[in-house]
Amino acid sequence: MNLRNPMIAIAALAVVAAPAAYAHRAWLLPSSTIVSGTDNYVTVDAAASNEVFFFDHRPLVQIPTVFQPDGTEGKIENHAVGKFRATFDLHLTQQGTYRLSILNEGVVGSYKLNGETKQLPRGTTAATLAAAIPAGATDVTTSESIGRNETFITQGAPTNTVFKTSGRGIELVPVTHPNDLIVGEPATFQFMTDGKPGANLKVTAIQGGIRYRDALNPIDLKTDAQGKVVINWPGPGMYWLNVTPEGAPAAPGQPQRRLAYITTLEVLAP
Amino acid sequence: MQFRITGLTAAALGGAAFTPAANAQTLDLSVAIPKLTVAEYHRPYVAIWLEKEGVTPRTIAVWYDFDLKGSEGEGTKWLRDVRQWWRASGRSIAFPADGITGATRAPGTHKLNFTGGRGSMPNLTPGAYRLIVEAAREAGGREAVTLSFNWDGKTAVSASGKGAHELGAVSMTLKR
Repeated sequence: MNLRNPMIAIAALAVVAAPAAYAHRAWLLPSSTIVSGTDNYVTVDAAASNEVFFFDHRPLVQIPTVFQPDGTEGKIENHAVGKFRATFDLHLTQQGTYRLSILNEGVVGSYKLNGETKQLPRGTTAATLAAAIPAGATDVTTSESIGRNETFITQGAPTNTVFKTSGRGIELVPVTHPNDLIVGEPATFQFMTDGKPGANLKVTAIQGGIRYRDALNPIDLKTDAQGKVVINWPGPGMYWLNVTPEGAPAAPGQPQRRLAYITTLEVLAP
Repeated sequence: MQFRITGLTAAALGGAAFTPAANAQTLDLSVAIPKLTVAEYHRPYVAIWLEKEGVTPRTIAVWYDFDLKGSEGEGTKWLRDVRQWWRASGRSIAFPADGITGATRAPGTHKLNFTGGRGSMPNLTPGAYRLIVEAAREAGGREAVTLSFNWDGKTAVSASGKGAHELGAVSMTLKR
């Protein structure tokens, strides 16, 4: 990546930080979401593409955080980045639900100092923003993004320890457990924005296998006042779920904030 | 064979755990596994369980490769493919589960007898039940046959059903 041109650098960072805002859909695809036994591996593909779950564009290179049923953080194994996809393995040794989560966060922006426009350094986050803007800077513009890309895997019976929210960005709180989805049973999820019920969020579910049908058939929904949404699955399969805030961005000159949440869900036949 | 309670108690589905033998409930079950002419045949994993509205489903038998060793997770790895059972009951059982576990069975008609309050079979309180037999075959299909019956506690009741591809005739008689 050529970072000499600051505008290119910013554009590139923005793509990494907020994939949902762009045409390509980022996704994690586990080999299994429901697992029996006590000692198993699942392998996961991670990529961004137009046709969800077909890797034909870019790998997702970030290494996800593993939230384990017992509350500790786990590790992925065998991470490898290919031309079109990254892959990694997850060793399941505990009973219950695991959460794999890629968190992309950052702040891009610029300010004027002594008549010269400067870009915020790469890697600036909300936490380091204050230190990144020197005293005397004017015309500060910032755009913060927090994007999550997650999937869930359960060995044995589903558990809920991994759904503890951090209070930042959009997060999923199950009403229906994401590893207990069946055609014919409406699933309810609650989404939190910065730890509070995320009302009026746009929720889009797209079933995999786009290549083999003519219409995208997205399921477009909106969260209610409690941040809840009910999804009726049209058929079994893997689904890509994208959640973004509704509405126009902040006025020019005001700090911008872009939030996104993505998850891959498996729905079984009854 | 030892019987180990695996998170479900006898009271989950039935009433008192102990009934005098002379007056015991007996469940006679017949399960046919069809002979299939396929290039790669493996005996199916089969789960048999009881459901009643409002109570925890109760597995009374599961046939799988429990003595398989190695990379396949000692046979438990594919239990989730018996997917309706796995969700209803299997996933809350610790394996190996004594009292319900059996080896996979060859094609043919298998006669099973259960006595209420013994082993995996609870004493059934009166009510509407479903007995479900589900089979899933490696490199093959999956099918469940549901037998619905009402048990008044004393009158013998029979039910039967038939699978289309992974199971043949399934029938049961419950009496005391």
